[in-house]
Amino acid sequence: MGLIWTMIAKRLGLGLLTLFVISVIIFSATELLPGDFAKAILGQSATEETLAAFRKEIGLDLPAYQRYFNWLGGAIQGDFGTSLSGNKRPVADLIATRLGNTLFLALYAAAIAVPLSLVLGILAALYRNSIFDRAANAAALTSISFPEFFVAYILIFVLAQSGLFPSMTRMDADTTLGEGLYRAFLPALTLTLVVTAHMMRMTRAAIINLLASPYIEMARLKGINPMRVILKHALPNALAPIITVIALNLAYLITGVVVVEVVFVYPGLGQLMVDSVAKRDFPVVQAVALIFAAAYVLLNLTADVLSTLSNPRLIHRK
Amino acid sequence: MSLLITLFWIAVVVAGALALGWVFRTAVIALSRGNLRKAMRTAPLTAAFGMFIILLYILVAVFAPVIAPFAEREVVGGQFLPWEAPHIFGTDNLGRDMFTRLVYGARNTVGIAFMTTALAFFIGSILGLLAATVGGWLDQILSRVVDILMAIPSLIFSLLLLTIFGTSVITLILVIAVIDSTRVFRLARSVAQNIVVMDYIEAAKLRGEGLWRLITREILPNAMAPLVAEFGLRFCFVFLAISALSFLGVGIQPPTADWGSMVRENAALITFGDVTPLLPAGAIALLTVAVNFVVDWMLHRASGLKE
Repeated sequence: MGLIWTMIAKRLGLGLLTLFVISVIIFSATELLPGDFAKAILGQSATEETLAAFRKEIGLDLPAYQRYFNWLGGAIQGDFGTSLSGNKRPVADLIATRLGNTLFLALYAAAIAVPLSLVLGILAALYRNSIFDRAANAAALTSISFPEFFVAYILIFVLAQSGLFPSMTRMDADTTLGEGLYRAFLPALTLTLVVTAHMMRMTRAAIINLLASPYIEMARLKGINPMRVILKHALPNALAPIITVIALNLAYLITGVVVVEVVFVYPGLGQLMVDSVAKRDFPVVQAVALIFAAAYVLLNLTADVLSTLSNPRLIHRK
Repeated sequence: MSLLITLFWIAVVVAGALALGWVFRTAVIALSRGNLRKAMRTAPLTAAFGMFIILLYILVAVFAPVIAPFAEREVVGGQFLPWEAPHIFGTDNLGRDMFTRLVYGARNTVGIAFMTTALAFFIGSILGLLAATVGGWLDQILSRVVDILMAIPSLIFSLLLLTIFGTSVITLILVIAVIDSTRVFRLARSVAQNIVVMDYIEAAKLRGEGLWRLITREILPNAMAPLVAEFGLRFCFVFLAISALSFLGVGIQPPTADWGSMVRENAALITFGDVTPLLPAGAIALLTVAVNFVVDWMLHRASGLKE
């Protein structure tokens, strides 16, 4: 038991280190900005006094490392500074509700995609080289190559046109869960279609790899039915690669969410980030990038730990 | 009922694509000689179809000014005109001919994606081969830097970098190429690592060959096959990434005709039941599918490199 805990602690430490370096990159990226930052924001015609006042206001008169630690210290406590555009709202306010919406959408899509792709993958492995398997594979390869917005607009064309589902997603504070599920159905379905294909292919590949091993041959020769061989004998050993693939795809959802949110005008983090990129609103972009990167690192970390737990041999690897 | 009709149309499209693949394969077998002919004989219909589509896109891109009936940026009529002659796909949000923009999009979007992939391969494979050949501290530093860069989701990272450097075609190409070269680096390094331990490399070193000659003349020829297959896959990813960024409005900027931004500019039409915005999106999807089909076959031929 102790071994597992030290393993988890080690991975966590490594994850924290990665996050720290990422935060340095995200912060110092703004330092790379060619020319004077204040001038770029306020324009060429700004006077020397306004420039100086603006620099002081956003803390540009301090040395870089000091600003970094101020920023990081604030970020850890949930304070990401103030937005540069318009009414100068605190970034944390902008993010708070949107973060919940994005998480809701990602979890919604995951709740459909994960069971669906596992079942499809297992069926494709069971009936491998049949018509079903070939069709599923070709469909998967095709849908992997589709850009998210293509899938999204096809769904809008087919499902929203007839008024079945709304093509724009409005999420308010007083939206009930049922309503939210209904309104976010199309974005969630788009994300599902995009990630299911990959997960299904990998599940199939992981199981088929195992089916060649002698103990499966043995089980089959004993006369156990094929479904049971896959569920009881192959699946537990295929868990490690499958968990990794699921986590990687959930991490992919994080970036996929950006495009889908823009298509459906979904009030989430991705849309906020794209808007802020166009406005060159650095504090917001930095904050959102940090949140996305943290989620990404955390998911990869979870995958690593879970797959190690499912296969004790991995604990002792060098 | 409507589901059955949809399934019927999907079946018709698949059958048509396979038939096209068959015709193309037969034609190439009849016209070609030698190795190409031998390779084409074993090609599955999906791969033949993919090659046909890729060839078609290249032709359209090269002969764009000849094919297109109007100029790329010319306003030729009202906004959002329906599909009638002389505008076979109608006009866009500013009254430019949709078909013309689609044709020029092949040149711009595919051209930019291709250049970006080539640049990413140039950077990634040189650094990867160098890291594997020299080893030691250089390998350690490069690998750790790449590890860190790969820990940031690529779309998010490119959005961050585009905020800083502004949105222009040059920065777009550079940003995507640098981010993507990390993936190429990984592959080139791992392929080259298996090669540098071979005896003939040792012999070449003892013979006194320099680093550059060692990489380009001894290692690269043996690492070429997996790198070429990876080029196709990488092209798909780069192409999709650039389209996504253009769709988001931070990639290729108007008035350049580009498929990603064309989808965004005309997206409003879709809610009125007009399929026009699906055309550029479909053009992107079709090319990626085609490249994937060909790459799938190449990987299969290279005897189970993947899966």
